[in-house]
Amino acid sequence: MGLSGLDIFKKLPKTNCGECKFPTCLAFAMKLAAGQANLDDCPYVTDEVRAELSEASAPPIRGVTVGVGDEAFKVGEELVLFRHEKTFFNPTVFAVLVADDMADDQVEKLVKEANECEHERVGVILKMGAVAVKAAKGDSASFKSLVEKVKGLTPKPLILMSEDVEVLKAGVEAAGDSRPLLYAATEANVDAIGELAKEKELPLAVKSADLEKLAELSEKLTGMGVKDLVLDPAPRKVKETFVDLVAMRRAALKDKFKPFGYPTITFPCEETDDELYETVIAAVYVCKYGGIVVLSHAQQWRMYPLLVLALNIYTDPQRPMAVDSKFYEIGSPDENSPVLVTSNFSLTYFIVSGEIEGSKVPSWLGVVDTDGQSVLTAWAAGKFVPEVIAKFINTSGIAEKVKHRKLIIPGYVAQISGELEEELPDWEIVIGTREAADIPAFLRQFSTS
Amino acid sequence: MAYNLPVETAKGKIREVTIGTGEKSLKVGGENVLPFHLWEGEMPNRPIIAAEVSDEVEELPPALEKVLGDVKNDPVAWAKKAQDEWGVDAIALVLTSTDPKATDAPPEQAAETVAKVADAVNIPVFVYGTEDLDKDAEVMKAVASKVEGKNVVLGPAKEENHKTIGAAAIGYKQDVAAMTPIDVNLAKQLNILLTNLGMEADKLIIDPTTGALGYGLEYTYSVMERLKIAALYQDDTMTQMPLLANIGFQSWKTKEAKSSEEEYPQWGDPEKRGIMWETITAASLLMAGADILILRHPESIKLIKQLIGDLSS
Repeated sequence: MGLSGLDIFKKLPKTNCGECKFPTCLAFAMKLAAGQANLDDCPYVTDEVRAELSEASAPPIRGVTVGVGDEAFKVGEELVLFRHEKTFFNPTVFAVLVADDMADDQVEKLVKEANECEHERVGVILKMGAVAVKAAKGDSASFKSLVEKVKGLTPKPLILMSEDVEVLKAGVEAAGDSRPLLYAATEANVDAIGELAKEKELPLAVKSADLEKLAELSEKLTGMGVKDLVLDPAPRKVKETFVDLVAMRRAALKDKFKPFGYPTITFPCEETDDELYETVIAAVYVCKYGGIVVLSHAQQWRMYPLLVLALNIYTDPQRPMAVDSKFYEIGSPDENSPVLVTSNFSLTYFIVSGEIEGSKVPSWLGVVDTDGQSVLTAWAAGKFVPEVIAKFINTSGIAEKVKHRKLIIPGYVAQISGELEEELPDWEIVIGTREAADIPAFLRQFSTS
Repeated sequence: MAYNLPVETAKGKIREVTIGTGEKSLKVGGENVLPFHLWEGEMPNRPIIAAEVSDEVEELPPALEKVLGDVKNDPVAWAKKAQDEWGVDAIALVLTSTDPKATDAPPEQAAETVAKVADAVNIPVFVYGTEDLDKDAEVMKAVASKVEGKNVVLGPAKEENHKTIGAAAIGYKQDVAAMTPIDVNLAKQLNILLTNLGMEADKLIIDPTTGALGYGLEYTYSVMERLKIAALYQDDTMTQMPLLANIGFQSWKTKEAKSSEEEYPQWGDPEKRGIMWETITAASLLMAGADILILRHPESIKLIKQLIGDLSS
C-alpha cells in the first residue's frame, strides 16, 4: 500500500483493455490500492513498473492458503481493525490437535469429530478447517506414521508440528502434495526450516514469545525467499496473546510494518486445561485477530457456537445475510397449521422462526425474497409489497399443503392487508404482531380460535 | 526494522457511574482505553457481572433448572445465592411478573419485591421491566419511590417512556439505563433527551440492545465498538456512558441454547452448549466494550469472571 489509486493509475498502460476483468485502468488501480486486486492480472505493465508497484500494492496482511482442493483454506488479507470500518474477510479457521503420543483410538476419535463437524447456516457451510499433527515424541518414524494415518482419515489440510527439522521433513514426505502448514520456525531452527519451506514452497509458521524476535525471524525468512508466513506470538496466556494480536494487527495496518503483515496462529488448547475456558479464549481470538485457532477437540457443543461467532464477526456489515426464499416447516405443520410470511433478512428469519418454535404451535413460515432486507425496509423499498407477496404465495405451492386460506402478515405492514386481499382473493389476510417476541402468545390464541 | 508496541492514547474517557450507595455501591466505567488495552491507558473499574434474577419464571431449560430450580420462585433467595455462591458484582432484577401479556402484576407489588431484594443483598441492584412502554413507566415510577435514595438502575428507558422513567429517577435519586435499537445516533439522542430533562449524565448507562450469538450479535458488537471509539477518540460526551449488555435473557431464548440433544443431536451436549451460547456472546461483547454484563448461568458467570480477571491482571 502507501500509494493511492491515482499514483498507481499513472503507471498503468491506460488502455482500458479490460483483460484484468475491471472495466478501466482507473478501476483496476483503485482496487489495487485497496489491496483487493493483483497486479499480475495486468499483462501489459513493464517489469520495472511491476517491481515498483508490487511492493506498494501488496495487501498489508498477506493471504496465506493451506491445503489443496475443496478443503483448502485461506487466512489473512485483512484490511481493518474494526469490522464496521469495512468488513473482515477470511474467517477464523479452527484446527484440532492430535499428537503421536496419543493412543490410536484417541486420534481417530478426535479426527472423526473434526470431520463430522459441519453445519449449514444462512446458506453458509460452517466446518472445522484443519488438523494439527504434533510430533510430541521428537521421533521421525512415529511422526511420519501419524501423518500418514491422519491423512488417511481426513481430507482436511494439515498443520505439521515439530521444531526438529529432520522430524518435520519426515512429516512433509508423508503429507505428499497436500500443501500442509509447517510449524514452526524458531530462533534455534530458522535457517534449516526456512530452507525446507522454501524448497517445498510450503507455508511456514514462525514462533517466538518475544515480539521483537518474532519480527526479526519474519524478516529473515522473507529475506530467504519464504513467501507465506503465519505468525505465532507464543506467550500462551490469554492476556499476553490478546495484546500481541492487537499490536501486530495495528503495526501491520497502521504502520505498514511488513514483518507482521501475515495472518496469525494461536493455541487456546495450550493456554488452559479447562475445555470450557479454552472455548471462551478461542472466542476472544475470533473477535480479536486470530487467523488459525488450534483446539484440543472439536465436539459440537463447542464448535457450533464458535463457528457461528466467526460467521457473525466476519459477516460483511454492508451486506445483510439472506436466507432462501421458500416455505419453512417449523415443528411438524399439517394442513390445519397457521401460515405466516416474513422477509428473508436472516436475522428476521432466525428470530421469527425461533419464536414460532418457542410457541410450540407447528406452522408454515413463508420467506419472501426481499434481498436480505428487514420487513419495514423491504416494504419501503417495494420488495415486501402485495404484488411480490402474492406472487410468492401463488408459486410456493402452499395452497396444496393447507386446507384453510388464512395468511398471517407482520403487524408492521398492516396497511397492505387490503391490497394484498385483492391480489390474493382466495385468502383472508390476518394481521400478526409487530414484534417477534409477541408471536407465541399470538399463535397460541390464533390456533385455538 | 525495529518493532515498537503501537500506543494510541485517547482524548476522551468513559464516565464513572456509581450504582448503589455507601457500602453497597460500586463504580462502573471510567476507562480511557478500548477494552483491556492496558498498555496505553487505564480501566480503573473492571467490567462488572450482574446476575439476572426474575420475579416470575415460566419454564427453564434443563441446564438452568438444574442450577436455579431451588430458588427460581424466590427472587430474594435467588439474589442471595448469586451474591454468596457465585460472587457477582450486582443483581439485575427483571420484573417479569409485570408483563401485561402475562400475569400483569400491579406496580406496587413489583416495587415491594424490589425493596425486599435490595434489602437482602449488599451489592447494587439493576431493575428491569419487560419492555412494555406504558407498564414499564408505571412500574419504574413505583419502584423509584419505594427504594428512594438507594441509587438503583432503572430500565430500560426508551424514547417513548423516557420522560416518566427519567423524572422518577431524578425525583428519587436513581440511575437510568437508556435503551435504543442498535444505533449510535439514537443512543446519543436518548442521552441528550434524558439530560435535557435534568438527568445527570453521570447517572446514565447505555443499553444499545443485545443480539445473542447467531441472532444479531454482530450488530450489537459493532454498535458497541463504534460507541466506544466515539467516546474515546472523538471525545463525544453523549456516548461516554458505560455500556450494558443484556446477555442471559437473549442467549437462553435461542433454540441453540435451550434445545435438548434429542431435538438436535448434531449440536452436542445441551448443557455445555447452552452455557457456551451465553458465555461466547458475553466474551465477544466484552471485547467490543461492554462494561456491564447481565448473565444467567453460574458457570457462565464463573468463566467470564475468570476471563475478566485474566485480561486485566
